[in-house]
Amino acid sequence: MIDIRDVSKWYGASQVLKSCSLEVSKGEVIVVCGPSGSGKSTLIKCVNGLEPFQQGEIIVDGLRVDDKQQLRVLGTRIGMVFQNFELYPHLSATGNIILAPMVVLRRSREEAEARARTLLERVGLSEHASKFPAQLSGGQQQRVAIARALAMDPVVMLFDEPTSALDPEMIKEVLDVMSDLARDGMTMIVVTHEMGFARRVADRVAFMDGGEIVETRHPEEFFTAPQSERARVFLSKVLGH
Amino acid sequence: MGKFDVDVVIRNIPYLWEGLQLSFLLAVLAIAGGIFFGSLLAVLRMSSFRPIAWAAIGYVNFFRSVPLILVIFWIYFLVPLLLGQATGPFLSAVIAFTLFETAYYCEIIRAGVQSIPKGQISAGRASGMTSAQAMRYIVMPQAFRNMTPILLTQSIILFQDTSLVYVVTLRDFMTSASTVANQELRLVELYVFAAAVYLVICVAGSRVVNRYGRDFKR
Repeated sequence: MIDIRDVSKWYGASQVLKSCSLEVSKGEVIVVCGPSGSGKSTLIKCVNGLEPFQQGEIIVDGLRVDDKQQLRVLGTRIGMVFQNFELYPHLSATGNIILAPMVVLRRSREEAEARARTLLERVGLSEHASKFPAQLSGGQQQRVAIARALAMDPVVMLFDEPTSALDPEMIKEVLDVMSDLARDGMTMIVVTHEMGFARRVADRVAFMDGGEIVETRHPEEFFTAPQSERARVFLSKVLGH
Repeated sequence: MGKFDVDVVIRNIPYLWEGLQLSFLLAVLAIAGGIFFGSLLAVLRMSSFRPIAWAAIGYVNFFRSVPLILVIFWIYFLVPLLLGQATGPFLSAVIAFTLFETAYYCEIIRAGVQSIPKGQISAGRASGMTSAQAMRYIVMPQAFRNMTPILLTQSIILFQDTSLVYVVTLRDFMTSASTVANQELRLVELYVFAAAVYLVICVAGSRVVNRYGRDFKR
């Protein structure tokens, strides 16, 4: 489903991604973890073309990400959830969800709204359909953002630290929605520090450090017996307390 | 001077009204032109192609450095020379105000657009929108809400500045009041009345500004 091959990226002279390779099959959930500044977010932003890269190739669902024409089509098939939600503050929850389907997929308002109702119910926010982002809690906003991404009927979902900006008591409601998605067979790449989620939901964990994918392993193996020294140091820091 | 003579004002209302209409017409045309060309200039100003951005910055800095009255004079005397035919005072005033206000509106619109976080465009692009669609449906609606108060403030200033057109023989509201004041030798009445009219119009405008500011608070 997703094939990342030898992707390298530079900001000026500093290399932020070093020949990263990762294959993700249909229905698989990959958690990407690692210390901050290790290139995790940059890597998944390369997958949907938000960040350009200089070397290597990424193929999603048979389409090349570095091809401008194909990227436009891909934009509709890859959903993305951001750390800061990035809901549109001037639109209601429903307005946020129906915008791209109407503008990009040319769906009618009725059709898009019907779909929005279904999705809001799925993320448990039917009551809040007409509220504006500022009237919702962080956890609710992030669930609207997930519904917004799902409205495009994506085949792949990317999550860029979806719970990092949330208060602790709201993290669970977002992770629950994500777990449901995973159970329904969505192909997902999740950048997160939530190791409990990685353990329960991920099929594989990719550990990044210094722009490299250091190891990619089954979560149980990764958490109990990491291969690299760098992963051991990282795990002792995040699991140590 | 004697007592305050309200009658002189009432007698001259039709004449003053003509002047006020000219002020309004000039202001409305200059606001429309200024916002239209200001938007275009703001797009150029934000261009990633440096020479275009520099040209736009040069325009803005130039017109913000010279007094409006100088621009009015220039256009009045220069445009006929360039075109080889008389443009008339009203058209030249409209051109002068539009050129001048374009610089200010450009900066207001640019600041409004740049006040919208980059992540908003990313969110739009991530859902398959082109940059132009993200601009149209996500950035511009928010930017215009953010800048509505300052756009209205600038427009109120522009309205007050229309009183400068007396230098090219146009008769706006202020000039009309002045003419009546001198003919009737009723300076106090007419200048008090003129001040009251500007006050009412600008206070009304400010009320609208405040109202928008309140309604659109996030």
